[in-house]
Amino acid sequence: MYIATKAFYLFVSIIVALVWGLTVNGIVRKIVARVHGRIGPPVWQPFIDIIKSNAKRSMIAHGVMFYFGPVFRFAGGLGTYVFIPAVFGSVVFENLSFSGDLLLVMYFIFFGQLGMALGAGEGGHPASAIAVGRGLAQMTAFELPFALSIISLATQYNTLSITDIVAAQQAGVMSWTVFTNPLATFAALFALLGMNMHSPFDIVIAPQEIPLGPPTEYQGSLLGMLHTNRGIFVSAKLILFMNLYFGGALNLPILMVKTFAIYMLSVVVGVAFPRFRADQSIRFFLGVPTVLGILALLIQ
Amino acid sequence: MKSTENKIIHPLENAGVPEDQRHLYCDASPRPYPALNKYVERFLNWARANSLWILGYGTGCGAIELRPLLTSRFDISQYGMNPRPTPRQSSVFIIGGYLSVKTLKRVIRSYEQMQNPKFVVGLGSCTVNGGMYWDSYNTVNRLDYYLPVDVYVAGCMPRPEAIIAGFEKLKSTIMAGQAEGANEYAERFDWYKSNQKKIIKDWDMPDYNW
Amino acid sequence: MNSLIKRLKMQFDVEEQTQRSNLSFINATALQLPALLTHLRDYEKYTQLIFLTAVDRIEDNQFQLTYMLADESSQNNIGVRVRIDRENAVMTSIAHLWHHARTYQQELREMFGIDFPGSPGVNDNFILEGWEEIPPMRRDFDTREYSEKTYFPRPGRSTTHPRTAMKAVDPDYPELPLMKGRVK
Repeated sequence: MYIATKAFYLFVSIIVALVWGLTVNGIVRKIVARVHGRIGPPVWQPFIDIIKSNAKRSMIAHGVMFYFGPVFRFAGGLGTYVFIPAVFGSVVFENLSFSGDLLLVMYFIFFGQLGMALGAGEGGHPASAIAVGRGLAQMTAFELPFALSIISLATQYNTLSITDIVAAQQAGVMSWTVFTNPLATFAALFALLGMNMHSPFDIVIAPQEIPLGPPTEYQGSLLGMLHTNRGIFVSAKLILFMNLYFGGALNLPILMVKTFAIYMLSVVVGVAFPRFRADQSIRFFLGVPTVLGILALLIQ
Repeated sequence: MKSTENKIIHPLENAGVPEDQRHLYCDASPRPYPALNKYVERFLNWARANSLWILGYGTGCGAIELRPLLTSRFDISQYGMNPRPTPRQSSVFIIGGYLSVKTLKRVIRSYEQMQNPKFVVGLGSCTVNGGMYWDSYNTVNRLDYYLPVDVYVAGCMPRPEAIIAGFEKLKSTIMAGQAEGANEYAERFDWYKSNQKKIIKDWDMPDYNW
Repeated sequence: MNSLIKRLKMQFDVEEQTQRSNLSFINATALQLPALLTHLRDYEKYTQLIFLTAVDRIEDNQFQLTYMLADESSQNNIGVRVRIDRENAVMTSIAHLWHHARTYQQELREMFGIDFPGSPGVNDNFILEGWEEIPPMRRDFDTREYSEKTYFPRPGRSTTHPRTAMKAVDPDYPELPLMKGRVK
């Protein structure tokens, strides 16, 4: 009975995360379009795109790993989300959080990209291979400030449980990590810019130079799965950052406001800057963000 | 749409490919995919019509009118349309103007790589009847002899407003369930292929480039 | 420009035909051409080959090749015209003088059937792929007939000349040429 209830709650939680993630994506597309002086697609466009992708009748496959690529990516997004307690103190949205979930989540964040690299490699498109190389290099680069920041946090709160970290920030706004450990927060926010792959760090997708990068060969329901994952993964990343650095959320509306605000950082940076070259992006992450991360670690 | 469930699909010869490489290519001709249940299909057609992903083929002069469509002036993303750089993910193939024999070959390759519900929009008079190049030694006169065309937008060049109107027409065709160009291409595959091969003399690619 | 022509006439058997102060054409024979072009390029600073094109002089049973050279410092252009036989259309390649001439020669090979032995890639496809008729830019090639035979012309096509169409709605529409500032 307990397992059934838990599974049901988890299901609800995932659906909410998915819908919210896709909606945020839709809103962001609208905002970016407005900045460009366009009207922009409707907010629900990501949902239609997913339905339409799944409505493709024929499909081309390039081998077993080609199928596994999106599956791994989706599993990465899902795995990231289900181990993060989304709403502090909520039974439905606590998900599968446990005492060491922070480490597992960090692993899952990068799991999807690895799977995608294998799948895209099997697709055989040269642009995919270039993009995979860029993606893994960039991922390694922004993983460094992010990991340093997480270690700093773990030292600060003396725990690896996200729930405990959120609990420690409930004493008011001034107890949020962004105020108690600003160096770690900024290092991680730089890493978030890379994770969200908005400009100037969109060297993986880079539509104008390597058409779409890894998913170039993907179509139909596999592409639909990648798009679905984009919704969940965005939610998961934003909720993780909200939990770690911005005091978590006590209910869904606060969660929405906070995650949206965190995402706006990526969007503002994204519409203001053109794209880095691959080497520039990697140098950037190994520069200021890493120094911030090391300082945060030293201060603790 | 006629039902052709019992149509015998014979393996393709791939005579244009060198014999030692022939085993690398697929020799199955395309097959038509039947529509699903009426109500499901209606819903899916709504989604297809509202999420048209464009593959632009812009070597003709008509493609110059696609730029204002994609950018701020006549932003078509508000209609749920999006340029896609890869044929695998696109559903609308826009032929931007005249086609020569050389470009038609590439167009066919790209078209066959697109996945089943796929639509073709021919821009400009050149795709309708050859336009001002109708008596040229190298300009294809009627696009619909080589690819199933859903919507023609006549004009030389059609204004972006006309292209948007063409897309609206395409949308209503899709929602009515009549934009089955991909199935038609599969059903009349031999006819299309013979037309294509009649003008593409050095056919050095597989017969069906899925 | 004039002094250049004089100097050339001392060394080569050429006829000149000046069109503008900075544009001259000289007629040369096919045998002289490589020497003439090398001379122009190396001694007279005409270092740029602007284009190489052909005209089908079917009445004389000849092709006329035009090599247009430019001197960037003085902004002068000189065109070298060469007539070659139409039946046995072979011309010396100049790809060793200007590397990009190979593209022009490849195009002329395809469009006019003029061969340039030794030009790199001259027999490769340029625009036409798998062309089986006579080269399409030759004037005895009937492009309209070929198009109607090959490209499934759409029936019902009608062509209207602008002048006849305008005449129908406006009797005052002028005969050739259209006058400027016409007031009705």
